[in-house]
Amino acid sequence: MNNEYEVVIIGGGPAGLAAGLYASRARLNSLLIEKGLVGGQIADAELVENYPGFVDGVSGLELGQLMHQQATKYGLNTIIAEVTSIELQGEKKVVMTTKGNFTTKAVIITSGSERRKLGIPGEDKFTGRGVSYCATCDAFFFKEQPVAVVGGGNAAITEALYLTKFAAKVIVIHRREQLRATRILQEKAFSEPKIEFLWNTVVEEIEGDDKVKQLKLRQVKTSEKTTLDVSGVFVAIGLTPGTGFLRGVLPLDAAGYIATNDRMETEIPGIFAAGDIRLNSARQVITAAGDGATAAIYAEKFISE
Amino acid sequence: MSEPITIDDSNFDQVVLQAEMPVLVDFWAPWCRPCLMVAPILDELAEEYSGRVNIARLNVDQSPKAAAKYSVMAIPTMLIFKEGKPVSNIVGFRPKAELKRSLDAVLD
Repeated sequence: MNNEYEVVIIGGGPAGLAAGLYASRARLNSLLIEKGLVGGQIADAELVENYPGFVDGVSGLELGQLMHQQATKYGLNTIIAEVTSIELQGEKKVVMTTKGNFTTKAVIITSGSERRKLGIPGEDKFTGRGVSYCATCDAFFFKEQPVAVVGGGNAAITEALYLTKFAAKVIVIHRREQLRATRILQEKAFSEPKIEFLWNTVVEEIEGDDKVKQLKLRQVKTSEKTTLDVSGVFVAIGLTPGTGFLRGVLPLDAAGYIATNDRMETEIPGIFAAGDIRLNSARQVITAAGDGATAAIYAEKFISE
Repeated sequence: MSEPITIDDSNFDQVVLQAEMPVLVDFWAPWCRPCLMVAPILDELAEEYSGRVNIARLNVDQSPKAAAKYSVMAIPTMLIFKEGKPVSNIVGFRPKAELKRSLDAVLD
């Protein structure tokens, strides 16, 4: 395999795929490195309804595949590998992966984010035994059973709505007294008879025997403690950036995000960042794609200068 | 060329529990994105561990009994069986290097 590229893109979500499309149409020799499956976070979404152009929505998996096909049509190369580090060699960058090292003039980091854990007792013990981070994967196992969803954002409410197709009852546990999810999702959730809400409530512990049986809850305002019997708990409390491989390479903020300017440039010339990984990203498919396009345009300028 | 074997409830005992070699069983379903991410890694592992570990794939939608018997409630779950017993339990997508460590630990 060729090991020299003009642009290497790390991560195959919407930001990386849009960067790949723009870079390959600019006739830059481009490589996209994805650790699992192209599409990124959205591939978990049963239906993406806020990406312009798809009037009736589109499955996240399909949208990712379409973006990848489009970029591949113009010459984007893709490999499945994990990036372990990036080394600077003068003007060049060497991207080290589990499938060899790739030398490049510019790097666009679009490695996105992953689900944040609750970090409470019982969470790890019962992962795969009732604790889940993917409703579309695991709702099937909770037919006619009561389940909880922890969180109040778009991901949590989308998961709660999806779970109503399987579960007997879905209890949304949120630490605030109102949802952060977009209004249209809130309206759907409030009119869904299977969904109940526990406001100002946090989960302190997950208990069970060989599988989840109940949650220990605390009311934030009154500190009152209660329990809730459920067979499953779906965790959707936000995201954490996938930047572990960048420690010591690029400055990251305390949470692990990368600061960029409005050209998606990082502090190191020739290294760009786009999408969820960026500090203060709006974390939407469309903004990630926009970031990716911007990064590719300025990567091309950087290479030609 | 070794490839993962497709198994179901009807031949689970024979192919997995009565096997002489350790068997990694991937519990999966077509609607699960991380399962699709695991698939190409298992293809490679089937090749690399050929003759030492059998790699098997079981669709939980078509074979609910095996999934229920081993309390699989999240997919992908990969159970490694040795001499008829599950000795290792891996839940969720894992990079290839980590799966190799789990297999090597069972082989030692």
